[in-house]
Amino acid sequence: MVENPLTPHSKDLGLVAAEAANAPIAEQVPASFFKQLLGFWVTFITIFKKVNTVEYPEVKEPTAERFHGRHQLNRYEDGLEKCIGCELCAWACPADAILVEGANNTEEERFSPGERYGKVYQINYLRCVFCGLCIEACPTRALTMTNEYELADDSRGKLIFEKEDLLAPLRQGMLQPPHPMAPGTDHLDYYRGTITGSDSAKSAEHVHGATDA
Amino acid sequence: MSVEALLGTDPGWIILVKGLLIFVICVVATLLSIWGERRLVARMQQRLGPNRVGKFGLLQSLADGVKLALKEDLIPKTADRIVFVIAPIISVTACFMSFAVIPLSGQVNLFGHKTLLQLTDLPVGVLYVLAIASVGVYGIVLAGWSSGSTYPLLGGLRSSAQVISYEVAMGLSLVAVFIYSGSMSTSAIIAAQHDWWFCITLFPSFVIYAISMVGETNRAPFDLAEAEGELVGGFHTEYSSLKFALFFLAEYVNIVGVSSLATTLFLGGYHALPGLTFTENWLGGWFTVVWFLAKVVMFFIIFVWLRGTLPRMRYDQFMKFGWKVLIPFSLVWIMIVSTLRVMSQRHTPRAAVFGVTLGIILLLLAANSLMESNKKRRAKSDEIGEVSTPSFPVPELPTKRTEQING
Repeated sequence: MVENPLTPHSKDLGLVAAEAANAPIAEQVPASFFKQLLGFWVTFITIFKKVNTVEYPEVKEPTAERFHGRHQLNRYEDGLEKCIGCELCAWACPADAILVEGANNTEEERFSPGERYGKVYQINYLRCVFCGLCIEACPTRALTMTNEYELADDSRGKLIFEKEDLLAPLRQGMLQPPHPMAPGTDHLDYYRGTITGSDSAKSAEHVHGATDA
Repeated sequence: MSVEALLGTDPGWIILVKGLLIFVICVVATLLSIWGERRLVARMQQRLGPNRVGKFGLLQSLADGVKLALKEDLIPKTADRIVFVIAPIISVTACFMSFAVIPLSGQVNLFGHKTLLQLTDLPVGVLYVLAIASVGVYGIVLAGWSSGSTYPLLGGLRSSAQVISYEVAMGLSLVAVFIYSGSMSTSAIIAAQHDWWFCITLFPSFVIYAISMVGETNRAPFDLAEAEGELVGGFHTEYSSLKFALFFLAEYVNIVGVSSLATTLFLGGYHALPGLTFTENWLGGWFTVVWFLAKVVMFFIIFVWLRGTLPRMRYDQFMKFGWKVLIPFSLVWIMIVSTLRVMSQRHTPRAAVFGVTLGIILLLLAANSLMESNKKRRAKSDEIGEVSTPSFPVPELPTKRTEQING
């Protein structure tokens, strides 16, 4: 590769580049006729090259690892929601795409550890610009983004995602809230991540059964 | 049987069938060639091209056509309504008409009737094709003019200027063919290529024709009329729906038309490649159609290849090329051909023929070297810098780079 004389180097204080810049402009000579005909060879040989097209709906290539896709509201290992309804995401959103309404947890109806939970959680995907500022703002890692990008629909209403559309699915060992926190723990244990799924789910089941009875 | 005997005894219904056949062939060829062009040019750009509608996307152009036909048909307020409607019809009719004299096959059996797949055979067949092509230009001019808007007018003017100037070169390139075949009838020209195809014996004519047919059909790299950046859509900017589809159809039928004329005049028409003449009797003579179509398809592939490779030319370069290179070159070539032809007809001794050929070559070389030295002299005078410095202050000539180096 020919080095570009105009790129300044750190050592020569740009003097070489300055000299090169002051050189008279070389006259542009068109390539010879036969050299120009090489273009036909280029297009011809490209016919037999591998096609670059990804036939999308049939073939789906994975996105980049940190691709900004649809949001997800995460849960703790026992199924309680991480969202505390603080609205920081909504405040961080530059496009005003997020609506949060918090509410108080009660001992009978607990959705998240601690005092508050997000009662209403909506993201308007007609407004969202997928900048990820909401994710940065979230104090509990409740809000993250998935790699899902197929967000097309035929009405405005369908593109406003409700809380149940955004919530992460219940995995093994998770219980559908509302249910109390694991016995003998408080919200700080949840926050520190000391709650493990299976144990707490069992105990929660136990507690649940107790309250039911 | 002679061509006259075969075509002259055609009953009316056979003529009708042939007319219908020509129409169907042209329309189907258009649909397939649009698909083929898009697929091939896509491959040249490492893409796939249309592959959704039908097997391999074969029905893509049909779907596009239906979509076009269902669109709203607009006529601008300032347009001349009658001419605006007539223009695409002229354009498309002219294209189809030129197919009347193109022989598509040798002797075949059409519904129990021995005939040729050729609507008619005129003694001035090729002249007729040129005339019809000129009529087709009216479609472009009228479309541009009647739209009542600036861009179509400019596009129409460009297209017509282009088509007319390249028609001159095209006509001149055909003269050599007429001289050597002694006829303007397409079937006689094909018969005259029995021993050697004209693309070999009259190679320069073939090259000139091949170039001018690209110019004539407004195709890349000569598609100046459709220079989107300059003229929006060219002469058909204001057209929509079926009228636009007609122009589209006309363009592609035109390509097939000039390709088949090239096949007829230079590539031996429907005849097989030398050494494969036995194939002409296959399927009761119908196999000749395959040969004809294969040659036309070859031309079409070259059209696509040109489009995939070359950038669009500038208008002045294009006109310069047409008037200052192609036309003088064909005139000189016609002189040479006619001289040699007359000599061979009068049975001039070999030595004289060689002498004349050598003389022509020497003359050409001399002219070339004269031009070169002239060019050099001019370049030298430029170098000395005889540009007089004016008395008033002028900005410095841009002989030095003035780019900033550090930010």
